[in-house]
Amino acid sequence: MGAPIDPDPKINRYAHPERVVTTQWLADHADDPSVVIAESDEDVLLYETGHIPGAVKIDWHADLNDQITRDYVDAEGFARLMSAKGITRDTTIIFYGDNFNWWAAYALWVCSLFGHADVRLLDGGRQRWVAEGRPMTTDATHRTPTEYPLTPRDDVTIRAFKEDVLAHISHGPLVDVRSPGEYSGELMHMADYPQEGALRGGHIPTARSVPWRRAAQDDGTFRPLDELQAIYLEEQGLTQDDDVIAYCRIGERSSHTWFVLTHLLGLSRVRNYDGSWVEWGNAVRVPIERPDPIA
Amino acid sequence: MQFVYQSSVPTRSREPADMLTPALQEIVEDFQMSPREMRLQMLLDYSRGLPALPARFADAHDTLERVEECQTPFFVAVEVVDGHVHLFFDAPPEAPTTRGYAGILAAGLDGAMVDEVLEISPDFALKMGLGELVSPLRLRGMSAILARIKRQVVLHTHGATG
Repeated sequence: MGAPIDPDPKINRYAHPERVVTTQWLADHADDPSVVIAESDEDVLLYETGHIPGAVKIDWHADLNDQITRDYVDAEGFARLMSAKGITRDTTIIFYGDNFNWWAAYALWVCSLFGHADVRLLDGGRQRWVAEGRPMTTDATHRTPTEYPLTPRDDVTIRAFKEDVLAHISHGPLVDVRSPGEYSGELMHMADYPQEGALRGGHIPTARSVPWRRAAQDDGTFRPLDELQAIYLEEQGLTQDDDVIAYCRIGERSSHTWFVLTHLLGLSRVRNYDGSWVEWGNAVRVPIERPDPIA
Repeated sequence: MQFVYQSSVPTRSREPADMLTPALQEIVEDFQMSPREMRLQMLLDYSRGLPALPARFADAHDTLERVEECQTPFFVAVEVVDGHVHLFFDAPPEAPTTRGYAGILAAGLDGAMVDEVLEISPDFALKMGLGELVSPLRLRGMSAILARIKRQVVLHTHGATG
């Protein structure tokens, strides 16, 4: 029913090769009727400057988030979005985007909350597609709206809330994927994003620092399986059955790491704490660890 | 519609809540009257219409001020000639949202009087409905561009008047 798995050797060594495709695979399958390509970017205008032919745009801010409550869209909102993008429940959705696929991974993760079965990331994202000189267009994509069923959002299996994280301290691994400066508390925000700040700096007690960027290569693609194993399994000591929670600042960089741990390394229980540091660092009376208290 | 600034024309008195140049006011109203999809397209048009950096700045790039608050390399230069402010931007094409904002500032402020630029209320982008387009969090980063422009205008003005 869905599109075939990419036979690429690097992809096939991952735990779930059905979750990643190469640019070549996408070029070969872009017209497959079971495939819909979706672009999700940090810069909400980037799609309009040129996108992969036939790709639809999914705006992380306007499409996936509720516009009043800090939460994702509900079942009706998700079905409406999928329908408008011409996606059926059986569609193979290939996500790609700018900035190392942060928001593509985030959009994929949100679709996974609603149990959309066949979601995949384009390895290397927009950066690699463009670097290879593959076609881009500003032509508008028109897809026929579909009947997408109402499906409940599962907020338990791959999503963690602040209360879950509190209960998780000292019980399971927490992975802080922010930059070292954010982890140590020297930076109150990500470099270059001063507006997404918090009142307190530091990290959640017991969290280990594994910046998201370590999982990626300079061309935007994921590191091969053996290198990911060396980082997360050997160096960090994570195991297949660990109950892991990843967090960053607003949940997009940790979506990237969630994807790596879940789909590339095959860990069985990984949750993304989307409230992340913008919630934790502003919350009253939650524990915070800082290596060196300010003198 | 055209708005010409002449040094003989004094700064018009405006309502405190409406501290915009007529050109910027018109842009704001255009955005306010347009539905979301249209606003996106308009922002994209301003991104495309951002004038290229003149050679005298491109050849001396370190005279530009980097806006550190922007996630992508973004540079601005300000000149004040006979009391008129001129703006120059260098913003990468892969950051069209920020380029669009720069394009709006260029169209709305270039040639304005010093006082007019200093009076621009920084929340004009919110009034335009840009917050619904680019997330309120990112929008605040844009205000850093305006703040740096104003600071440069003050520096240049003091330099000129001794």
